[in-house]
Amino acid sequence: MTESVHVTGLTKIYPAAKGRPPLRAVDEIEFTVQEGEVFGFLGPNGAGKTSTIRMLTGLSRPTAGKAQVLGLDLASDLPRIKKRIGVVPEASNLYDELTAFDNLVFSMQLYGVPRAERQPRAEELLRRFRLSEKRDTPFAKLSRGMKRALTIAAALAHRPPLVFLDEPTTGLDVMSARALRGMIASLRDEGVTIFLTTHYLEEAERLCDRVAIIVRGRIVALDTVDGLKAQASGRPTVEVTVAGEEGRTETLRSAGDDVEATLRQALAQAGGRRVLAVNTLRPTLEDVFVRLTGLSAEVMLVEKGKK
Amino acid sequence: MLCDDLRGMFYIALKDLKAYYFKAPNISWGILFPFAFILAFAIRNPGDLRLLVPGLLALTVLFGTSSMEAIVIVFERRIGSLERLFLAPVRLPALLAGKLLGGMAFGLTVTLVVLVISLAAFGAGGTNWLLLVLALLLSATAFSAMGAFVSVAVKEVFEAQTLANFIRFPMMFLGGVFVPLASMPGWLQILARFLPLTYSVEALRAALSGGAGRMAWLDLGALAAFSVVLFWLAVHTLARRME
Repeated sequence: MTESVHVTGLTKIYPAAKGRPPLRAVDEIEFTVQEGEVFGFLGPNGAGKTSTIRMLTGLSRPTAGKAQVLGLDLASDLPRIKKRIGVVPEASNLYDELTAFDNLVFSMQLYGVPRAERQPRAEELLRRFRLSEKRDTPFAKLSRGMKRALTIAAALAHRPPLVFLDEPTTGLDVMSARALRGMIASLRDEGVTIFLTTHYLEEAERLCDRVAIIVRGRIVALDTVDGLKAQASGRPTVEVTVAGEEGRTETLRSAGDDVEATLRQALAQAGGRRVLAVNTLRPTLEDVFVRLTGLSAEVMLVEKGKK
Repeated sequence: MLCDDLRGMFYIALKDLKAYYFKAPNISWGILFPFAFILAFAIRNPGDLRLLVPGLLALTVLFGTSSMEAIVIVFERRIGSLERLFLAPVRLPALLAGKLLGGMAFGLTVTLVVLVISLAAFGAGGTNWLLLVLALLLSATAFSAMGAFVSVAVKEVFEAQTLANFIRFPMMFLGGVFVPLASMPGWLQILARFLPLTYSVEALRAALSGGAGRMAWLDLGALAAFSVVLFWLAVHTLARRME
């Protein structure tokens, strides 16, 4: 399989400023992104996710290390790389004064999409992102979810084979976030390689083929979601819900290598009470995150909220 | 790559004109402001109004090109949309040249209106058209580059407006728009030689009076030099800010 991104020893150190010491935002990370996969970059705020994207898209220069994007060297082939990637930054940043249609056309003009293709492509993207009715509405007047969708559409306007999505669903309501996840999944089905940063564990679990967990500039784990879960816990957990006193319910949990033996153990704990439900639990990405990083899963949301 | 740069320049300028420049308040402000200044001066000092035309044109180019130019870049940087241009396959000098081109196109359009009114009022006899076109073009380039430099040197829109006015207003009074340079004290004359508006007024005065002496060409050379230096400073400052 072809590699879309290959990174070795990539490091970003921000110089000391205003009495603050130098900040090692990204610390000698190494990873590859395979063509056609959704690669998740998961970590709390300040972990180095955005700094990594900024380096890989040419917005900031690496302090050390090397990277190849779409087979091209980041240091010497940046203009050619820029032509073939799409980038969706954390904030929706199209032009407030231009309409949805004009914003898409301007993106295509910048990337050299032939004149004859611009209008049909813009209409197609508006349809796909359910924005056709907002074709002539200025970007400033769109809802937050629509702005996000249009920003993603603009990044796809020149049909890039690799798209960087920086926290695509942050700040969106549940329905908009869900719709956007559907759109991202459909991009993967079309063979577009996606580099996705997120602090939502559930989003990474749902969308990503492989996930790298980054904490304080270092990748602490990198595997498929299932592989990470297997790393976190090889012992299945059995959960038994039994009837308690005064109509209440009580949940009992047991972990062990043998599911049957563990179930017997859990039932023994029930002590003859009526069994209401039995479940076998697999570890979630949240369990993996907590175990590998030593951080609580809540830290992702709390830190993001403070931003 | 050059093709990408040229295309990027053109469409960035076009986008800026559409999104920011050609709005009713900008157009009217760009014309009314220099007229108001010149009118106020003419009422206080009645005389041959024809002599004020080069200054009026120079002021119109100055305010037409630099007013929005000084704001657009810092505004786009604040809202994050400048980053879209950094991500595009357009090199930084070409990106900034596109911004300049937008400011120049607007400033020259507004100036053309003022020029037509002036020529209709005072006649076009004896005008050196080549010198006039070159003087307007180079003035627009220098002032637009000045606006771009102001815009990349600050962090907030209000800072850009303050800095632009801090530069433009003293320049307006020292650049020979209202008072001939020769009648100023020696040290002010020296100071005026560091201001692009001085050369713009001189070149336009020479063009409108039909003169094309060595001094006029030196004025054009000075405007070209200001354009190059200010543009280089703007590119350098923006590159540093990107990190």
